[in-house]
Amino acid sequence: MTPITKRYEVSGDDFTHAGEASGKVKTLLKQIGYHPDAIRRIAIAMYEGEINMVIHANGGFANVDIYPDRVEILLEDTGPGIEDVDKAMEEGYSTAPDEVRALGFGAGMGLPNIKKYTDDMRIESAVGVGTKVYMTIKGQ
Amino acid sequence: MEEFYHSVTLDEDKCKGCTNCIKRCPTQAIRVRDGKARIISERCIDCGECIRVCPHHAKRAIYDPLTKMDDYAYTIALPAPTLYGQFNNLSDIDYVLTGLLDMGFDSVFEVSKSAEIISDATRRLIRQGGLKMPVISTACPAMVRLIRVRFPDLCDNVLRLISPMQAAARQAKREAMARTGLKKEEIGVFFISPCPAKVTDVRSPIGMDESWVDGVLAISDIYPRLLEKMNKIVTPRPVAESGIIGVSWANSGGESSALIREQYLAADGVENVMAVLEQLEDARFGELDFIELNACPGGCVGGVLTVENPYVAKARIQKLRKYLPVSLNHIEQEDDMTELWWNCKLEYAGVMKLSDDLNEAMDMMAGIERIVKVLPDLDCGSCGAPSCRALAEDIVTQKARLNDCIFILREEASSAGIPVSFYGKEETGAKEET
Ligand SMILES: Nc1ncnc2c1ncn2[C@@H]1O[C@H](COP(=O)(O)OP(=O)(O)OP(=O)(O)O)[C@@H](O)[C@H]1O
Ligand code: SF4
Ligand SMILES: [Mg+2]
Repeated sequence: MTPITKRYEVSGDDFTHAGEASGKVKTLLKQIGYHPDAIRRIAIAMYEGEINMVIHANGGFANVDIYPDRVEILLEDTGPGIEDVDKAMEEGYSTAPDEVRALGFGAGMGLPNIKKYTDDMRIESAVGVGTKVYMTIKGQ
Repeated sequence: MEEFYHSVTLDEDKCKGCTNCIKRCPTQAIRVRDGKARIISERCIDCGECIRVCPHHAKRAIYDPLTKMDDYAYTIALPAPTLYGQFNNLSDIDYVLTGLLDMGFDSVFEVSKSAEIISDATRRLIRQGGLKMPVISTACPAMVRLIRVRFPDLCDNVLRLISPMQAAARQAKREAMARTGLKKEEIGVFFISPCPAKVTDVRSPIGMDESWVDGVLAISDIYPRLLEKMNKIVTPRPVAESGIIGVSWANSGGESSALIREQYLAADGVENVMAVLEQLEDARFGELDFIELNACPGGCVGGVLTVENPYVAKARIQKLRKYLPVSLNHIEQEDDMTELWWNCKLEYAGVMKLSDDLNEAMDMMAGIERIVKVLPDLDCGSCGAPSCRALAEDIVTQKARLNDCIFILREEASSAGIPVSFYGKEETGAKEET
């Protein structure tokens, strides 16, 4: 079956819009009738990735493919890239600046949470080029 | 699925078919068809938002007339604490309660008494642990129904305790039966309500088989009569039996502060509540014990059946409670609590779902995506749907047609050779000639 494909621009300029794309995907999945637990995992994982693009990479794009049995998400940005992906994946590792820490971000839990809530995730990143975060979440 | 009873209806004669209500409905439950607003029953949560915004007063709340009191041998008034905030210079709640007695009720039972019991029960439950955190309050029936239709993942977080109104009705009636020897049917319990949502909760309750409330009167409806009686009182009778905790339930934050815990959030106004629930679904809050939700701005003081501005009412209630004891009603025995429990879980009603069949829903969603691309993305509401996307949904579910969009219609007309001016410009053209 051909997936339902959505592409959202995630703006890096206005922090207050962060989280909108994952919110829209959530609404679509409810309409399609995805299982609530899957919706929750998808929403959290995508939200974390979306926020990361805003905080660490000055925005990017979220590509979402919805299949009957799974959702595939690719978050791509042309930000600074991640030097040591394994380290970034560690719980508690964060380079978030102080101003966003004041809002409660920067616990270094985003990427570990994505890992936890997805069935598959992969990061491709090159310093100075950008970052791609692939994730797959099964439907049921 | 159970039937969706509603206490918000449309007055066809007054409806002009404008776009005010379709735009503001939090569950996108209203469409304008054939020039009149239509409420999609399974989506409506009776929040009263459309009543609030309709400039033509075409949305009406259903409640009982005062004459319903005549049907019973013995009547009990159940005032919501919001009622106390409706009067200027009120120094003592007993004036309101005595006024109700003078109106002809045989007795009064304050809902705030039961609110204190529910607060006590909630405190105990949270202390005991084992609940899915954060616990979401269920006192506002509109918010319970909102969660039921929109937030599947939060259905298990709701506090499964009956509302103060329901608890008060049962206790009041039982006490009256014992006192008078009358039968259950002979006693009429009348809730004096700030909103239509409570009417819905009486006619089709969630969490209990049957409500003990027999009639729901609107605060705005009884207000003039009550005020008249209150003005004649020389010495009020000492009937008030609740404290700060119970009375504060009228205001947003009242139920939460009664828990005497710090980690709570109180949201009021449907839009704010929706934003909070969205975030809650994404687990975006840290440690929180309790979430209080009220459909109305400011809490129940903002209900559509009240007479006073919510912020004025709030200030008055704050003043009134000043010299009250903290709480006068407590759970005497743990056993008493079992009766306060819901008899079921909150079942998600996926009314936003396009189809029960996932593959079919996927096809329909693909259809929506295709249609949305051809629509002008103006969300103007002229088609009768709240947004272009909503029209696309209506088209794939065969409730609307593509040329319900006036821009599409215009294109169709011009490509069919009908001049665009046919739709209005001709007249002005004619005028210019003369
Ligand atoms: N898209 C990205 N571009 C560049 N660096 C990134 C990107 N995403 C994550 N990182 C780096 O990986 C680190 C860890 O990310 P993670 O999401 O786990 O934590 P955080 O964003 O710092 O804090 P939290 O997610 O808990 O608010 C970040 O601090 C940042 O250095
Ligand atoms: S907030 Fe109070 S007045 Fe408003 S709908 Fe809910 S219960 Fe009724
Ligand atoms: Mg992060």
